[in-house]
Amino acid sequence: MSTYPASALEAKPTEILKTKSSNQSRLKRRNALYGYLFISPMMLGFLIFMAGPILAAFVLSLTDYSLLHPSTFVGADNYAQVLTKDDLFWTSIKNTLYFSAGLIPLNLGLSLALAILLSAKLPGMGIFRTAIFTPVVTSIIVWAIVWKYVFATDAGLVNQILGFFGVTGPAWMYNTHLVMPVVILVSVLKKVGMNMVIFLAALQDVPKMYYEAATIDGASKWKQFTKITLPMISPSLFLTLIITLIGSLKVFSQIVVMTDGGPGTSTNVLVYYIYKLAFKTFDLGYASAVAFILFFLVLALTIVQWYFRKRWVHHEE
Amino acid sequence: MKNRSLHFLGNGIRYLLLIVVSLVILAPFLWMITTSLKDQSKIFDFPPQWFPSPIVWSNYADVFKDQPQFLLHYWNSLYIAVLVTAGTCIVGALAGFAFAKITFPFKNTLFLILLSGMMIPNEVTIIPNFIWFSKLGLVNNHFPLIIPPILGAGGIFGVFLLRQFYITIPKDLDEAAEIDGCTPWQTFWRIMAPMATPAFATLAIFTFLNSWEDFLDPLIYISSSKQFTLPIAMKLFTDTAGTSWHLLMAASVMSTVPLLLVFFAAQKKFIDGIATTGLK
Repeated sequence: MSTYPASALEAKPTEILKTKSSNQSRLKRRNALYGYLFISPMMLGFLIFMAGPILAAFVLSLTDYSLLHPSTFVGADNYAQVLTKDDLFWTSIKNTLYFSAGLIPLNLGLSLALAILLSAKLPGMGIFRTAIFTPVVTSIIVWAIVWKYVFATDAGLVNQILGFFGVTGPAWMYNTHLVMPVVILVSVLKKVGMNMVIFLAALQDVPKMYYEAATIDGASKWKQFTKITLPMISPSLFLTLIITLIGSLKVFSQIVVMTDGGPGTSTNVLVYYIYKLAFKTFDLGYASAVAFILFFLVLALTIVQWYFRKRWVHHEE
Repeated sequence: MKNRSLHFLGNGIRYLLLIVVSLVILAPFLWMITTSLKDQSKIFDFPPQWFPSPIVWSNYADVFKDQPQFLLHYWNSLYIAVLVTAGTCIVGALAGFAFAKITFPFKNTLFLILLSGMMIPNEVTIIPNFIWFSKLGLVNNHFPLIIPPILGAGGIFGVFLLRQFYITIPKDLDEAAEIDGCTPWQTFWRIMAPMATPAFATLAIFTFLNSWEDFLDPLIYISSSKQFTLPIAMKLFTDTAGTSWHLLMAASVMSTVPLLLVFFAAQKKFIDGIATTGLK
């Protein structure tokens, strides 16, 4: 198939140029049309399911919208009440931060350690990698159900093993002090394989000659780790940090399955609180205000990510 | 000599640590499988039985007796996950290809706007989405579990992932196709789409998993048990009399199998995909 019409072959040179350029602009326009056509489903979806709702959520957060009574505009009242009068909100913030503070160092530390252990070219590494990655591709619901059973008071594996050593295990899921650490552990083990794979990929990209040179200079393994490995994988480290942090602010499924926010309010986290406000008490306006606070938290973290990325993350030129 | 034995010791510790972590991670799976094969009276046995005797295969059949709709819930989860995965791959490939390879006005602005959607938590938009869907009478059916995941944040992730992939493909290839008279559609369909298998594998696994384990959406949108998906159907194994652990574990095993099959089938490509699409 020729791009040019047959008449162009018989035309004078100047006319050929003219036809060619008009052809090219036609081609350009046609390509642009295809471009818009290709992106249109996604752009429409963005407008209908994301941009529209985010605006609507903001408007809702300024109203007393409820499915149970007529709604009224209340301005910033919801926000004022959330921030100054709502003890349960602050409890849920505290619980969410507790979850993040436990999850992030454990997850990043363990996944990096595992990636370093697995980066050696030794037999059997593929099996370990698959084993550790398997929970990532397991439903969080099943994972949470099984671990709840593992930590059950009587039938649970943990307490049965403790019993084997003559220790009477606690009621893990009914103890306000023990329940959050259990949820954190379960969440770490679910996702540690994902960060591990990201770190493995990053470690492969560190040029071997750096280590060789450092070894010749007599640098210790620890020094090589802090002076070569960490700076070289810092983009991945930073990315996983932010992703894990944002993810931890949105913890929900394992809470519902394992604890239902309890005992008491000890695992009442932010998204669980939003869910209960919106779909148990139908305070949709008030729930939207709390949801918008979550949005601002995530937004702030995303902005921090872009800002700091340039400053302390080392990029190989 | 000293160096070699040190090396040997180092590898020994390496294996030991990996074995311990792998065991901690795999033990619950094994525990789930063993419990699913135990007689109900043996569940609380001490010391715990790792090899149940007798092996009660009928637990698996009993799941369907105890919960006559379990097969229906399974089917609901399956067809929803397949549709969402196919939809996300198609929409993501089209837009990802356009953003990477086609020139059109406002391309970068539009891409940035789209990306900004990735930072909008689903938990924020779910309230207005719920109100709209309920006003349209689309609550308590599967529509809200299929369309928003394809065209929402999951879809944007797909666009991002496939754009990353297509950017790594040399310009010469699509320029040659254009000179040969291919329309963008032909370039996309005949040349670019087939090349993206690792990216598709990665996207498919993530999308299938996200749909399969989606909990918040069905919890909000679905109220009739006929429409349940597996994650919310699991709570049916617990009633006021307690939890039927042997049946719940059998159901859990059955709900894990499709995910592991998808994963092991696509594992090689999946890991390649994570590496080549710059998810690091």
